[in-house]
Amino acid sequence: MTSLNVNDTLYEVDIETDTPLLWVLRDIIGLTGTKYGCGVALCGACTVHINGKPARSCVTPLAEVIGKQVTTIEGLSKNTLHPVQQAWIDEQVPQCGFCQSGQIMSAVALLRKKPHPTDMDIDQAMKGNICRCGTYQRIRAAIKKASTTSPGKS
Amino acid sequence: MDRQIDQDRRKFLKTTSLLGGGLVLGIQLSGCESSDNPRTTIKNMMTAQQQEQQSVDAAFFPNAFLRISADNRITVHVASSEMGQGVMTSLPMLIAEELEADWSMINTEFAPAHADFENPKSGRQITGGSASIRGFWQAMREAGAVARDMLLTAAAQTWGIDKDACYAKTGRVYQRASDQHLTYGELIEKAQYLPVPKSPALKKPDEFRIIGQPVPRLDNKVKVTGQAIFGQDIQLPGMLTAMVVRCPVFEGKIKHINAQTAKNIKGVIDIFEIETGVAVVAEHFWAAKKGRDLLEIEWNEGDHAKLDSDSIHQQFIQSINNGKVIIDRGNTKKILNLNIRDASMNHTSTKQQTAAIFETPYLAHTCMEPMNCTAHVQKDRCDIWVPTQGQEPTQKTGVKITGLPKEKVFVHTTFLGGGFGRRAEQDFVKDAILISNRLKQPVKVIWTREDDIQHDFYRPATYNRLTASIDKNGKPVAWDHAIAGSSILHRIVPFAGIIFRGKDDTSTEGAANLPYDIPNFKVSYAMVNPGVPVGFWRSVGNSQNSFVTECFFDEVAALGNKDPLKLRQQLLSKKPRHKKVLDIAAELSGWGKSLSEDHYHGIAVAESFGSFVAYVAEVSIEGAAKHEYIKVHRITAAVDCGIVINPDTVIAQIQGGIVFGLTATLHGEITIKQGRVEQSNFHDYPSLRIDEMPVIDIYLVKNAELPGGVGEIGVPPIAPAVANAVFAATGKRVRKLPIHLNKLI
Ligand code: FES
Ligand code: FES
Repeated sequence: MTSLNVNDTLYEVDIETDTPLLWVLRDIIGLTGTKYGCGVALCGACTVHINGKPARSCVTPLAEVIGKQVTTIEGLSKNTLHPVQQAWIDEQVPQCGFCQSGQIMSAVALLRKKPHPTDMDIDQAMKGNICRCGTYQRIRAAIKKASTTSPGKS
Repeated sequence: MDRQIDQDRRKFLKTTSLLGGGLVLGIQLSGCESSDNPRTTIKNMMTAQQQEQQSVDAAFFPNAFLRISADNRITVHVASSEMGQGVMTSLPMLIAEELEADWSMINTEFAPAHADFENPKSGRQITGGSASIRGFWQAMREAGAVARDMLLTAAAQTWGIDKDACYAKTGRVYQRASDQHLTYGELIEKAQYLPVPKSPALKKPDEFRIIGQPVPRLDNKVKVTGQAIFGQDIQLPGMLTAMVVRCPVFEGKIKHINAQTAKNIKGVIDIFEIETGVAVVAEHFWAAKKGRDLLEIEWNEGDHAKLDSDSIHQQFIQSINNGKVIIDRGNTKKILNLNIRDASMNHTSTKQQTAAIFETPYLAHTCMEPMNCTAHVQKDRCDIWVPTQGQEPTQKTGVKITGLPKEKVFVHTTFLGGGFGRRAEQDFVKDAILISNRLKQPVKVIWTREDDIQHDFYRPATYNRLTASIDKNGKPVAWDHAIAGSSILHRIVPFAGIIFRGKDDTSTEGAANLPYDIPNFKVSYAMVNPGVPVGFWRSVGNSQNSFVTECFFDEVAALGNKDPLKLRQQLLSKKPRHKKVLDIAAELSGWGKSLSEDHYHGIAVAESFGSFVAYVAEVSIEGAAKHEYIKVHRITAAVDCGIVINPDTVIAQIQGGIVFGLTATLHGEITIKQGRVEQSNFHDYPSLRIDEMPVIDIYLVKNAELPGGVGEIGVPPIAPAVANAVFAATGKRVRKLPIHLNKLI
């Protein structure tokens, strides 16, 4: 049994500690908001926060997160929408939506580090997240919108 | 009599509704932004389903698309799959418009597989060909109008007044003479026993109050909170997770499996051969993956073991040069000529000729969500939870494998993490049903990204030979386009090559309908099927042919020293919708005016799926020598898709089409070696990323033409607009996709 802190809840999981966090979240704990898109840190669909920093859960073994705090899209904000989620709705970002959990987690981490990011900052922080539907223009607009409404932390 | 039929029908609709996908999946989204969506795990959904049962029992079902409950909730069955294109919002908008509904009371459910939900345009329950709005435009509005009419009658009867003395507005029926009113929910009891009117009057476009508005998408909230359930997210009690290992060589077969070590992996439950490959069944994904990696399989690689991109290329060239079609391994036919306006092609006014070879590669779809399907086959029923573009083919697959009657095969459509034509296929559906059929347990099959890229149905590669002649004024007088490529129809319908006599419109669309007024015109198609499985890829034949024809057109213009825009305008005098979008895109982009230093423009126009799109691309060549790359700065777009249902969705689709097309323009290429696809993940099959994203400006033309398609129309003209701009920047021609600056001519 390994204990794991996800979204401020402690879980006891019975699985090998080399299992990537992504599959612990999805298949063992049942939090399916974090997506599988490539499995090798190339698409960003699986982005979560580990101790507040963005990480690709598909290549992060369970062993690495023991004793750390994992935040997923489900835990980003309790009851209300996080300002970044709200900005995503205001700008009507999602199309199919599959990449958006990862996009939002990357954007929240960016805004925490740089509350008023430049276009270049956005490119740097977000280029690891692929959107096959092509919502990039709206993602950029939503990040800028959130940077004016968000206190820069969650 | 009629009444009896109506009653039977309503009973049937209730049954369909309860057994269908929507309720079981519980994806009930409300038009009311503030309403709380139920947590969408399957367990909660089951409870939601029971609660729903009572309200469904009492509800009003004027037709298959619509249910109104006593609490005024309006539930719309969305017959098309939601894969990002926004049908979950736009189809209900059509109903709500005619129903005079209160938009905040609209809920949606994905429709089950049933003939009632066939797209009237295709006659099939498949989402594709940019046909959702075009197909349901009439049917959904009629569905709303029928219900409104019945509610009006019910109110008039309740009050004992004339129907004309009543009117409907935002979910209520009012008396004209007073402000007395009844809500729709209050009227359903009476309404449900009324006869269904045959042809209710529909609104005129100037009466629309929902159609044409940028209505926010109904699926936004669940998609930003991680609550939207995609196929990958299905969880069922006792569910197993499986992978299927396919032969890396097309059509290869299993010779021998050694599963000893793989079976020892903790969590691996079983490994066995199925029709589509070797199934590795486990408790969860990671165990299946570990087991799969340890599996030793010997393959019988079969006929395609030596197939590679070069040999395919040679087959294309030969078939064009010999005038022969290779329909299927050695079975040859003569090339077919299409759209011959003057086959003789000899004309005395010819002054100069130009010729060029254009090539386009195979492309994978790489939907963001890799292929997957969950099935639960039981003795007396089969349930399939799947992100599919085809409920009807999915149901057929279920029937075929389980032998159950189709009424016992239930298709529950989830959200689709992209579709692009890939998700109407049945390979991943088969995987799940075959495995569950054997184990009689719920099984979720997940493809890895590598499976997804290496076992796709690829956009056909093509080889094109074009020649054109101009007269002494530089006007094109002859155009001859020979296409060699693989046929999607032939792959889907065995012997299609013979049935259709070597014809395949999906390969010639975008070429055979060249809009320019050129007196001598010929398009021929050489079907060559070397064994690479091909399929529908967003905008299908238009995706390559628009590149080929719009780039060659620029070459022809250059031959006669014509401005590519002006020559287009001149030759489109009989094509006003093409010309209009072209004029607007040129005007808004400042075509012909000075640009920032080292920035260049390229232009292209295309008609596809009943809509018209023109782009001006602004590019520059960046980077030091040998490391030069193309930077696309801005795309100015003009779009005419007839009556616009939801302008914001249209804009989103054009933005998305541009990105999808840019990926193919700048990066996309699938190559074959030893019968295998060489690419495997996003490192060698890259997608456009945010740092490569141009600014996009879109202008929507307003008119009263019938709605055209939207989902695919953004793709075709992007490659030629960029390629033509690259010529402006470098003085060299792009003849091949993706664009490599060191391969220009
Ligand atoms: S799934 Fe982890 S980066 Fe793609
Ligand atoms: S919204 Fe579909 S992949 Fe991003």
